[in-house]
Amino acid sequence: MGNKQTVFTHEQLEEYQDCTFFTRKEIMRLFYRYQDLAPQLVPLDYTSCPDVKVPYELIGTMPELKDNPFRLRIAQVFSEDGDGHMTLNNFLDMFSVMSEMAPRDLKAYYAFKIYDFNNDDYICMWDLEQTVTKLTRGELSAEEVSLVCEKVLDEADGDHDGRLSLEDFQNMILRAPDFLSTFHIRI
Amino acid sequence: MSHRPQGLGEEAGGGARGRSRSGSPGTGDRSGRRPSRKPAPKAEGVTGRCGGPAGQEWAKGSPRPDSPQRKQVEHKRHREELGKQKRSTARRTREGRKKKNGKASLKEQRASPKKEKEVPKKEMWKQLKKRRSPSLASSASAGESLSEEELARILEQVEEKKKLITHMRNKPWPMAKKLTELREAQEFVEKYEGALGKGKGKRLYAYRMLMTKKWIKFKRDFDNFKTQCIPWEMKIKDIESHFGSSVASYFIFLRWMYGVNLVLFGLIFGLVIIPEVLMGMPYGSIPRKTVPRAEEERAMDFSVLWDFEGYIKYSALFYGYYNDQRTIGWLRYRLPMAYFMVGVSVFGYSLMIVIRSMASNTQGGTSEGEGDNFTFSFKMFTSWDYLIGNSETADNKYVSITTSFKESIVDEQESNKEENIHLTRFLRVLANFLIICCLCGSGYLIYFVVKRSQEFSKMQNVSWYERNEVEIVMSLLGMFCPPLFETIAALENYHPRIGLKWQLGRIFALFLGNLYTFLLALMDDVHLKLSNEEKIKNITHWTLFNYYNSSGWNESVPRPPLHPADVPRGSCWETAVGIEFVRLTVSDMLVTYITILVGDFLRACFVRFMNYCWCWDLEAGFPSYAEFDISGNVLGLIFNQGMIWMGSFYAPGLVGINVLRLLTSMYFQCWAVMSSNVPHERVFKASRSNNFYMGLLLLVLFLSLLPVAYTIMSLPPSFDCGPFSGKNRMYDVIQETVENDFPTFLGKIFAFIANPGLIIPAILLMFLAIYYLNSVSKTLSRANAQLRKKIQALREVEKSHKSVKGRATARDSEDTAKGSSKNATKAGTMPHSASQSQTLGKKAQGPGTSSSASGTMLPASSHLPISRPAGIRPDPGHAGPQTHPGRSASRKSAQRPPH
Repeated sequence: MGNKQTVFTHEQLEEYQDCTFFTRKEIMRLFYRYQDLAPQLVPLDYTSCPDVKVPYELIGTMPELKDNPFRLRIAQVFSEDGDGHMTLNNFLDMFSVMSEMAPRDLKAYYAFKIYDFNNDDYICMWDLEQTVTKLTRGELSAEEVSLVCEKVLDEADGDHDGRLSLEDFQNMILRAPDFLSTFHIRI
Repeated sequence: MSHRPQGLGEEAGGGARGRSRSGSPGTGDRSGRRPSRKPAPKAEGVTGRCGGPAGQEWAKGSPRPDSPQRKQVEHKRHREELGKQKRSTARRTREGRKKKNGKASLKEQRASPKKEKEVPKKEMWKQLKKRRSPSLASSASAGESLSEEELARILEQVEEKKKLITHMRNKPWPMAKKLTELREAQEFVEKYEGALGKGKGKRLYAYRMLMTKKWIKFKRDFDNFKTQCIPWEMKIKDIESHFGSSVASYFIFLRWMYGVNLVLFGLIFGLVIIPEVLMGMPYGSIPRKTVPRAEEERAMDFSVLWDFEGYIKYSALFYGYYNDQRTIGWLRYRLPMAYFMVGVSVFGYSLMIVIRSMASNTQGGTSEGEGDNFTFSFKMFTSWDYLIGNSETADNKYVSITTSFKESIVDEQESNKEENIHLTRFLRVLANFLIICCLCGSGYLIYFVVKRSQEFSKMQNVSWYERNEVEIVMSLLGMFCPPLFETIAALENYHPRIGLKWQLGRIFALFLGNLYTFLLALMDDVHLKLSNEEKIKNITHWTLFNYYNSSGWNESVPRPPLHPADVPRGSCWETAVGIEFVRLTVSDMLVTYITILVGDFLRACFVRFMNYCWCWDLEAGFPSYAEFDISGNVLGLIFNQGMIWMGSFYAPGLVGINVLRLLTSMYFQCWAVMSSNVPHERVFKASRSNNFYMGLLLLVLFLSLLPVAYTIMSLPPSFDCGPFSGKNRMYDVIQETVENDFPTFLGKIFAFIANPGLIIPAILLMFLAIYYLNSVSKTLSRANAQLRKKIQALREVEKSHKSVKGRATARDSEDTAKGSSKNATKAGTMPHSASQSQTLGKKAQGPGTSSSASGTMLPASSHLPISRPAGIRPDPGHAGPQTHPGRSASRKSAQRPPH
């Protein structure tokens, strides 16, 4: 039938379309992007679901990610073992969440995980400091950083337990006017 | 054979139903718990259970003919187990025993002909009920009601699954889980879809499902297609990733403008220009379509054409070319009427589209004013633009974030100091004063130049500069004033975003002032021409009269008509106005392109290549690369559009020129930005100011509507050119059409409507409506604010509760478990209340959210084996298929009672 794409079966593509916010074309493009990262590693046939992981060192070099201060966190959050090495599924997951179509709640959930550096399900003071340092490349002095973190906790910590829970974070981020437009990656 | 798949499907349906009813064995606790709790449905559950594995196999795509045998085996095993259970359970009532009998008979029936299965399921159920009814007179009604309820429950579950499928992409799960869940859910739905159809409706149901599937697929494909059809999407994405969303917003605006102009172009081209060219009188047949004798020699010179004189002036691009014939061609197309209506609808369409896009823009941004409480949080969590894919932009972003943090810190620390307020105020007043001076000066300059150009136009051989002085001066002002304003604005020390708005407003005022001065001067010109018109009209008449009545011609032969080129004619002020606008547009375009070429591209080349042999670092030092000037470009675009709106009535071809301009500038500017600009030092977001642009556009649209409306309503059209020649006013064409083409009563109605006695009340009514709607919207927004407050209060209450609740969760879960076991015992004693207990069970599990559900389950499972002998275990044959890891997980969720 002249069907030239044999990377995925028809069903696989349909499933991916159901599970992500992408169209078939975009999925194929993402796959080729993924494949381009490690051409010798990733097979061109995914019909049998091979278990392939692309290491973070390669993921992080994507132009979409390479300038992002949180790229390591993003990769860790979306990878299976939290080490940043990604399978194709993780890869699709990541860009699906970061796509324009993803709803606020989903984005907020993953944003929380990204900013939760020590994976304790709370954004604590240390996480906040990490975030500020990454955002400003350490240009702020220690007092300034701590001041900023205190202010953030002051503003967003609803139950005054000295750390941001997912709920606090969602509560805050759902009102942010720029969140949806900034928390997405075009690919 | 045609029956087979259906029967299997039913089996599958029945099997799955049975499994779900008996509480899927995937999770041991429940499957163990439920049978004892509600024995009534068990009877049917058995038949279902037998179907279970077969159904599964069928779903896997291998329908096996020998499945019934295996089913029987399982069947037996099941019943044995059930019997054990019954025996071992102390609280066993007689009814339960009776049921066992019923089941035994059932088994016999099932073992007999396979055909039984192929009977439509509904009937089978009925049979079952019938068969059972003599022995189970008391419980039959309960069973029936339950089966209905079961159906409803399954339906609910299927709906839930479907919802899960459609919302799968919204779940925060890793892909592997999503995939297995999806497969699970799809299988589930597939199995049950058949079961849910009732009798005849089933095929229809299946058909409908098929159609919905097809429809979804079609929609998906259509979406794919639609995204492909958006022009320049990749280019703009490219720019966005390099320069941030603010620069991209200009290009998106440009694209939007291009779309609008294409529609306008289609309107004008299709309804005015093409009919005139195809069906109107050909070129050279009448004076207005002919180049006058005096201009004929130079009419094809490039210098003349470049000024839109000569042949271009007497072409369909301009108002003067159109004939005042009421109808043209075999279509009897009413061209003057069409011309007028198209002129009106250009404005109507533009107004509509601008307001619509403004409305759709505002719909998104409802959450304004809430951000005051979260300045630092927003800065921390939303300031990084994940779109940035360019190290330069990233560097700038880092810097801007750092500075914004610092600014906020400083604001925070010194918010109550307000030290130099007087100085700041003084500086701001001074800056505004300076800028007003600039504006006045530029306005005067233009007025002066326009006046002078009118004098020049009276003189003979004027130089090129003198002819184009107006355009040159206006372009120069447009080029040099904005940077001047920016310099002055530095005095004011505003926040950059506010500063940008001020800057936009000032440049807007400058452009507007220039435009209106230009228009006033033009109007003077028009009035001058109009005053001369009467004289020329007389001359024309006189010439024609002389020509036809002069002596020295053979009277017997009728004189050939005077050659159209020789007829003296008026100045046709409409065409003159049109030419002015076209010239302005073209010169504006050229100046823009030249500025980009010289100011951006050559500068970039110079900086790039001379940097190797220069005393200082050119890239970092003085000239460096140019930034993309968003405000200037956007305003240029807006004013250009205003020019188009004003000019399109007098120069129908102007829109075509503008479409070309927008098209070229799209490619040209995309190239220029990517090749020779650097990202902004302060990467600011333009998402919010988009509506600001639109507001400016609306203002310009309104302002450009005024002069056109004025000329249409109060100036008499030229007597010898254009579609309205010979009429007193241009809008007379409507009256003419109403009188001649519509039945008389319509004419009367129109006359009645045009009566001021009706118009004034109508206007009053509109005002009242506006007032009313305004007050309604105010109350609504107040209610909205109150609701928001309430929600916030609720949230806080919830939060405080939750912290209390969190501690009590463990205790809660144990209570639930105990409650459910109690339920179970109750159900064992009185099967009539099975449905009640079920709902109770639901309630008991209801509060368990996804997080606490696991918490409730664990104690339950540890609790149950104590209350029940260890013999009652889910049967191993059944547990077999459920060892599939994903499956058991999904089953757990499927089994969860619908909330």
